[in-house]
Amino acid sequence: MKSQVAGGPVAQLVGIAKSFAHNRVLDDVTLTLEAGRVHVLAGENGAGKSTLIKVLTGIEPQDAGDILIDGRPVEFNGPGDARALGIAVVHQELSLVPDLTVADNLMLGVEPRHRGGRLDFRSARENAVAALNRVGASLSPGVRVGQLSVGEQQLIEIARALSEDPRLLVLDEPTAALSQKEAGHLLGIVEELRAQGLAILYISHRMEEIHRLADHVTVLRDGHVADSMPRADMSEDRIVTSMVGRPVNDLYDHGRGSAQGEVRLSVRGLRSGVVQETSLEVRAGEVVGLAGIVGAGRSELCRLIAGFDRADGGEVTVDGQRVDIARAGGAAGADIAMLPESRKAQGLFLGMSIADNVCMGTALAKRRFGGTSPSRLRTAAKPLADRLRVRATSLDQPVGELSGGNQQKVLLARCLAKKPTVLILDEPTRGVDIGAKADIYGLINDIATQGVAVILISSELPEVLGMSDRVLVMHQRRIVAELTGKDMTEEHIVRYATGLVRKQVEPVEVNS
Amino acid sequence: MNDIVAAEHERAVDSSRPTAPKRMRLHAGLSTLADRLGVAIALIVLVVLFALVAPYFLTVVNLLDVARQISVTAILGAGLTFVIMTAGIDLSVGSAVGVTAFAAVSLTLDGAPAPLALAVALLAGFAVGLINGVLVAKLGLAAFIVTLAALTYLRGVTYVGTGGTTMFSTHLSYSVLGQGSVLGIPVPIVVMAAVFAIGWYVLERTVFGRWVHAVGGNAEAARLAGIPVRRVLVTVYVISGLCAGIGGILSSAKLQSAVPDLGTGYELSAIAAVVLGGTSLMGGRGSLIGTLVGAAIIGVLVNGLTLLDVSSFYQQIIQGVVIVMAVGLDRLRTRNAVTEGA
Ligand SMILES: Nc1ncnc2c1ncn2[C@@H]1O[C@H](COP(=O)(O)OP(=O)(O)OP(=O)(O)O)[C@@H](O)[C@H]1O
Ligand SMILES: [Mg+2]
Repeated sequence: MKSQVAGGPVAQLVGIAKSFAHNRVLDDVTLTLEAGRVHVLAGENGAGKSTLIKVLTGIEPQDAGDILIDGRPVEFNGPGDARALGIAVVHQELSLVPDLTVADNLMLGVEPRHRGGRLDFRSARENAVAALNRVGASLSPGVRVGQLSVGEQQLIEIARALSEDPRLLVLDEPTAALSQKEAGHLLGIVEELRAQGLAILYISHRMEEIHRLADHVTVLRDGHVADSMPRADMSEDRIVTSMVGRPVNDLYDHGRGSAQGEVRLSVRGLRSGVVQETSLEVRAGEVVGLAGIVGAGRSELCRLIAGFDRADGGEVTVDGQRVDIARAGGAAGADIAMLPESRKAQGLFLGMSIADNVCMGTALAKRRFGGTSPSRLRTAAKPLADRLRVRATSLDQPVGELSGGNQQKVLLARCLAKKPTVLILDEPTRGVDIGAKADIYGLINDIATQGVAVILISSELPEVLGMSDRVLVMHQRRIVAELTGKDMTEEHIVRYATGLVRKQVEPVEVNS
Repeated sequence: MNDIVAAEHERAVDSSRPTAPKRMRLHAGLSTLADRLGVAIALIVLVVLFALVAPYFLTVVNLLDVARQISVTAILGAGLTFVIMTAGIDLSVGSAVGVTAFAAVSLTLDGAPAPLALAVALLAGFAVGLINGVLVAKLGLAAFIVTLAALTYLRGVTYVGTGGTTMFSTHLSYSVLGQGSVLGIPVPIVVMAAVFAIGWYVLERTVFGRWVHAVGGNAEAARLAGIPVRRVLVTVYVISGLCAGIGGILSSAKLQSAVPDLGTGYELSAIAAVVLGGTSLMGGRGSLIGTLVGAAIIGVLVNGLTLLDVSSFYQQIIQGVVIVMAVGLDRLRTRNAVTEGA
């Protein structure tokens, strides 16, 4: 039964079914993972992709069906069992310990020891550096992980999975948080691993990645296999249609006129320990894209504008009124809302309901004397949740039970509930499926048309270019270029974002 | 809290899917009921057990007695539930009972009218909570340390104030609060019911209550969502202090006196009640009804064992074991329910 030849099946899932409470999430899912092949799993948010992976990696037991490794049925009693059989996984959500260093995180559970159990610091550090090099991350192993950006943390996760020397590597949206360049690098690594004979299960919402990597694509829809095709029969249309159930075209056709309203948001000389003096303006109805590599300071700049962090100096005005950025809540008072970078750490209350999460911190659902009730919260949250097509059993479902993309939509709904005049979106489509992306773009267009000033941070170049009226490029924590009209091209952005234009041969330094 | 959310979500699913097979719905209903009851099942088991072996246990007189016995612990637990929901802790409530009792009794002995004495006692509780809250929220000190210090210095204040001896009055003007009854129900029980009713409303039906859940669930997200996190934190400690004030009034009214070490160790029973009730020490998850059930379990246990003539030494051992068992069972029950999503 053993099949060690290249191309032979390493793992098979046969007829997997899984329900949570009475919500059927997976239904008769069958797929085969072969050595030296990349198998892409596609599907809408909430289709069951992550759940399938949790079954495959021993985190969740299946209700029915079999997992075969090398043709033999196995039973997992926990993630350790799957690991022991050579299955490594990078989950959709980061699982690093923020208070430990990069090296500690990489070596967690596999710490090298001297005889007698004393931790071998030297080898730990060396192993960590080796693991980091494997994913091309030039991070110092001694930095605390909590100080790193989400993208940098994602690289560490991948490095950690690879350091287990797996036979099957499972990647759940590994590039969602990465910049174009980092993502490209990662795809290169995946291709290399495939050439070395690893079986790879890869989840992504990004078409160009699927196109580049897939040897086989399986599309999940509502928990069952909607379509499955080898590379030869693969087409974007076929994937998207079986995924969404309708064709999606013209993703970025925003159809907005050129926005030439009054200046809504004006930032003068804003600076902090991390961000160098920066000035920018956004007009009413304008969408300004903020491009740059991870670590360029885009989120940091926006966090200053939104009042999340304290600025050292400078001034922010909205509609000519000076915003009290020194006071917590000053920016919110001026109706500046921001979708934060990390939905789990900075946005959501996982144990609380969708309705609660949408209404939290907004004026929704309040009665006199600060009273409220679940039904009120539901009623207030419903229009927004519907508009973003949040997929859940009910608005009372705890947000922690939602799929990643749907969690993102809930957070976006909260931003809209604040009825902002300035809306800052930090990677708004991270981890959302293509249909939902179209919805979110539609929404951005709507609110811009209503006169909201929008700043859009995105590492997906087609997205920044497609959605923005104007693009600002940041490099090393300051704005280095403003691109408009026909200057708005991927090439220009990449050149400014990597500092090439200034002809400086500095390494792309990733700063904490 | 999670149980309630889950329960309501089941309901919504049911009503939105009228075609769901009836058997399945019934099943869902039953498992939801079991979920919701949680430790309540432990309470029912205890009650049935004691009713079988000690006939006197299940009489109205005895049950009212149990309720009166637990009233102060339960009220302290109510305040603590707010604090623990935010991932904080208040160890000072027992000492605060002592200090507020002393304030009320000494003022009364000095001839102050009852309303004034009671108001000052409540104010003292308020002040204790405010100090704790400000130190924790504004200065960012660890709640454990701040309230541990308060436990110590408040007890010291009580000793100094009482001179280390019992302050006793045969006709304490407000003793009706400890010994009277309304329609046959002892006043402390009425007060306890009122505290829990108001507390439940605040925690579950006000925006502030949602904020408490949010701050405990994810403090950074709460801050970024524009919630005044520090104010919420200060307020929960003030609530706890006020509850301790009420506890001090009720205890001194019952004893007609202020004993120097009144309230010693109450914080431990109160915390036990909160934890038994399913409130997570990590914050974000909890319920007042659970706390009431938790306090009842402890009360029933003490009462039942006493009726059975079990020595108080053994009672302590049994109590400790029951707490671990109840919390352990609860943990097993919810282990799969609260998984991280996606
Ligand atoms: N622990 C849980 N309890 C209840 N329901 C759950 C739980 N985990 C997942 N679900 C539900 O299962 C469904 C599938 O979720 P899953 O995370 O597998 O989706 P996904 O395909 O990975 O989506 P995304 O692309 O957004 O990450 C969702 O509807 C989700 O609400
Ligand atoms: Mg997922």
